[in-house]
Amino acid sequence: MKSAVQSDSSEALLQPERDGVRSLSTRPSHVVLKFEDVSKSYLRNAGRALLRHRLVSWAKRTPLETFCALDNASFEVRYGESLAVVGSNGAGKSTLLRLATGISVPDLGHVTIRGTVAALMELGAGFHPDLTGAENLVLNASLLGLTRKKTYEQFDSIVDFSGIGEFIEEPLRTYSSGMILRLAFAVAVRVNPDILFIDEMLSVGDQTFQAKCVEEIKRLKHAGKTLICVSHDMQVIRDLCELAIWLEHGKIKMFGPIETILEAYTGGAPAKKQAQN
Amino acid sequence: MVRAGFKGVTMQHGDIIFLLQNLVLKDFRIRYRNMSLGVTWSVANPLLMMGILTFVFTRIYPNPTIHHFALFALCALVPFNFYSLAAIPGTTSLLENQTLIKRVRCPRAIFPIAAVLSSSLHFLIQIALLISLLFIFGHSFNRHWIWLLPIWTMEVVFLCGLCLITSGLNVYYRDIRYLVECSGLVMFWLVPVFYNLEMIPQRYRALYTMNPIAAVAVVDRQIMLAATAPSMSILLQLCAVSLTVLGIGFAVFGHLERDLADYL
Repeated sequence: MKSAVQSDSSEALLQPERDGVRSLSTRPSHVVLKFEDVSKSYLRNAGRALLRHRLVSWAKRTPLETFCALDNASFEVRYGESLAVVGSNGAGKSTLLRLATGISVPDLGHVTIRGTVAALMELGAGFHPDLTGAENLVLNASLLGLTRKKTYEQFDSIVDFSGIGEFIEEPLRTYSSGMILRLAFAVAVRVNPDILFIDEMLSVGDQTFQAKCVEEIKRLKHAGKTLICVSHDMQVIRDLCELAIWLEHGKIKMFGPIETILEAYTGGAPAKKQAQN
Repeated sequence: MVRAGFKGVTMQHGDIIFLLQNLVLKDFRIRYRNMSLGVTWSVANPLLMMGILTFVFTRIYPNPTIHHFALFALCALVPFNFYSLAAIPGTTSLLENQTLIKRVRCPRAIFPIAAVLSSSLHFLIQIALLISLLFIFGHSFNRHWIWLLPIWTMEVVFLCGLCLITSGLNVYYRDIRYLVECSGLVMFWLVPVFYNLEMIPQRYRALYTMNPIAAVAVVDRQIMLAATAPSMSILLQLCAVSLTVLGIGFAVFGHLERDLADYL
């Protein structure tokens, strides 16, 4: 399947030079993310084969039980496009995101990622409760590839954006989930990634902050960056993404322009739920 | 079969030294933030061990061939302590940092290495303690001290290599952690803390000094207590073993790294 929406955003060439983070030159209509026949299976028994399981399976010469979380997925996202991933729970959305961020390695097929990546996957991921907000901020910025100089240059603007204020010097365990989200989001967008991944998270924030996030994501998109998100909030993804993937049981059921997919998805969702039971 | 993998992935480590420094600081802060005595523990632990060993081996099992037992023991306790302090955090480092690992693609070898380096800060504190006690008891610098820096560096190198292997394995087989804990007990007896290298039968000595921790303890004493040049054969052994373990560590880790995130 080919991407149905071909963006021709030539103004995207004007994206500001990033220093410190190596990024391949992303020209308009360059592929940013590409999956070629990608499959990923996980082992059963909670994803963790104990030594004794391996020994038993080796002795009996039976392969360990696996299930296919993503089956033969192919799609591509080009420069300046954004992608929403929809599907019911357990359809393989998070697996797709983990492969697309380069965190997991596919069993079969190829994943191409061009540019730097920042991801908001689960709330509080990458934050340590005993460190202060400021310490967590610096650690995360460096993890996402920001240089020392850039980190301290961006420090105030990240704190400002998060709206955490003086609490930035308090340990993270005293933060509310909304505050953690604010800090995580602020770091991720200020790192200025080429691809920003968001896995169903913004719902924790309050209305004002959500609006602020959408605003910020639009600014990134305007600079030619790519957003890839998993969300059940149809309004938000319709607003932010041009493309969508509908996953079902690890397979891509549909891939194409967001309107087409959402129409089919919201239309077909209730019937599908019944079929599952 | 199609060869699976990535194409054109930009590894994002804009500033690997900055990241390493932040990880080391993180480990250090987490370990000490909730302790009122902080780094005092790094000093109290070897002093307590030195005291108890000195009591046992001068009052209960006196050994007349060893003078100044307290310093004699401390010279070996410092490298031994570093092993017991660094091996566990190094082994569990990937599990401890799993939320960071699952967040972004970065060279994961940095986590065990950061854990070992943050334990090296204790090593430095204990070395400072050892040196001050040496001066208090009337020892002084000699020209062989120049060897101490590469010797201690080799121990850090050895532990980095070891923890690359154990941390990677520990993700797949969580039992490894307990194996490493046991090795700490075994190590206490395999490092010449309360005996001399000379007490070991000649035919075991070459094998015995294959253990880098024991080798460091032996050459530490040669340099600081006996004020003699370190034995070159032991130095060579130390370097060879430590660098080999580091090489194997990176090779094994590179192999284990692939599916790491799926098991965390």
